[in-house]
Amino acid sequence: MLADFFQYDFLRYTFLTGLLIGVIAPLLGTFIVVRRLSLIADALSHVTLAGIAFGLMAEKKFGLMIAPLYSGMFFSVLGSVLIERLRSVYKAYQELAIPIILSTGVGLSVIFISIADGFNTDLFNYLFGSVSAVSQNDFFMILGITIFIVLVVTLFYKELFTLSFDEEHATITGLHAKRIHLLFIVLTALVIASSIRIVGVLLVSALMTLPVAASMRLAKGFKQMMLLSILFGELSVIIGLVSGYYLSMPPGGTIVMVSIFILLLSIGIKRLNSKPRKARNSA
Amino acid sequence: MTEPVVSMKNINYSYENKSVLENINFEVPHGSFMGLVGPNGGGKTTLIKLILGLLKPDQGSIHIFNEPIKKLKDQNKIGFVSQKANTFNKGFPATVFEVVSSGLTSKIGYLKFLKRTDKAKILEAINQVGMLEYAHENIGNLSGGQQQRIFIARALVSDPELIILDEPTVGVDYENVKRFYELLNHLHEVHHKTLLLVTHDTGTMTEYATDIVCLNKTLHFHGNPEEYTSLTEKDLSQFYGHPVNIVTHNH
Repeated sequence: MLADFFQYDFLRYTFLTGLLIGVIAPLLGTFIVVRRLSLIADALSHVTLAGIAFGLMAEKKFGLMIAPLYSGMFFSVLGSVLIERLRSVYKAYQELAIPIILSTGVGLSVIFISIADGFNTDLFNYLFGSVSAVSQNDFFMILGITIFIVLVVTLFYKELFTLSFDEEHATITGLHAKRIHLLFIVLTALVIASSIRIVGVLLVSALMTLPVAASMRLAKGFKQMMLLSILFGELSVIIGLVSGYYLSMPPGGTIVMVSIFILLLSIGIKRLNSKPRKARNSA
Repeated sequence: MTEPVVSMKNINYSYENKSVLENINFEVPHGSFMGLVGPNGGGKTTLIKLILGLLKPDQGSIHIFNEPIKKLKDQNKIGFVSQKANTFNKGFPATVFEVVSSGLTSKIGYLKFLKRTDKAKILEAINQVGMLEYAHENIGNLSGGQQQRIFIARALVSDPELIILDEPTVGVDYENVKRFYELLNHLHEVHHKTLLLVTHDTGTMTEYATDIVCLNKTLHFHGNPEEYTSLTEKDLSQFYGHPVNIVTHNH
């Protein structure tokens, strides 16, 4: 079933890139979910769309060859820095930063698309993902980003955990909470921009949050939850990509549906496990 | 004579022109178990935030371990336990070991990993609060009293000289409050920690504290528990700003 994915270059790069984002999306998603920042991924994915639309518009209208992956990444990182700035401006209403950045992203996207008189299928691929969208250059770029993200998360794991569990305590003990948070959100922006080719703008946040939501029901401890999230993320990407290819559907949709299936399964397993315990306790 | 652990001189602090602390002068003696009491809105938490360096006074100076607070290099000399057992996200999927390990994060420093000796320290801190058998349980599965012990272990793990506790027994039942005070007493008597405890529970506190400070915008009283318990209803009414009836009972 996987033979086509190794036979054709374009499918091979998509598959390998899928395996990479299956690691990094849930890896950072774990921190996003426990910090109750799930919607940040949505805001950043829409800003990334603006960057992609800008890249496509620059190429179509002005003949400038800006790879949409890079312009998307630039907008995403810029959006992440702006979210942080806005969160410090509206200290009592920090969640306001998310709709502000999200709507800015959508607004800019519409303007760029309109200037370029539409993009047809290209844009559809960016919205819902594509099995044939990853070039060799994209793959190596995303491989570099994956290595960078895994390295940074490993080196700063204890700071990220401490900050996620109790920001006040982290600050009191002398951690540079603001700097670490900025680093974290820039990493998130890179993950989102990297994932968009395969999963699509509208579904990228699902790959960051659904595997975490599933593993949260089953894991004991934070590290175990992180590893389980990555396992669920990989399963979703592999099954979703292959089924998307054979069913001629955008992989974003199939990956998310596999993630939902895993989530429902984990909720069921948790219920089955807790019933005998309750029965034992009441006996 | 040993230098005081905390020394505050002529401290004034206000939130948007509303004065919260006025001309506060007091010291936390080395090796003391100090209880800080006062009515809600009396400035207790503001005072704690000033000592922790989370707020800067409008006027006055604060010295911690004989150093101006700005120059305090080792924040890990101070351990802090808040009302977290009441307010933290109980669904957070972290084991007791992981939570306590977060108390070592800044002491270990950036780009370094937990060593075997650090892991031993974490288990030792969990053992000190009597929770070793729960080391690998998710903290959300524990009771409020047990969770508060874990937060004490997190404060203890970096081996601080001063432990500040801000109303740690809120929402904890009487039996667990009693056990909690016994634990604090053990830390004070056996491990020679200096403790600064903010509480409304004046009854139990007077059994264990060595010093008591009453704060309501200004410092109204600073003495030992015997002096505090000899205060009359009139003294306390003046301090709390409303009539107070002293009721004694045996638990």
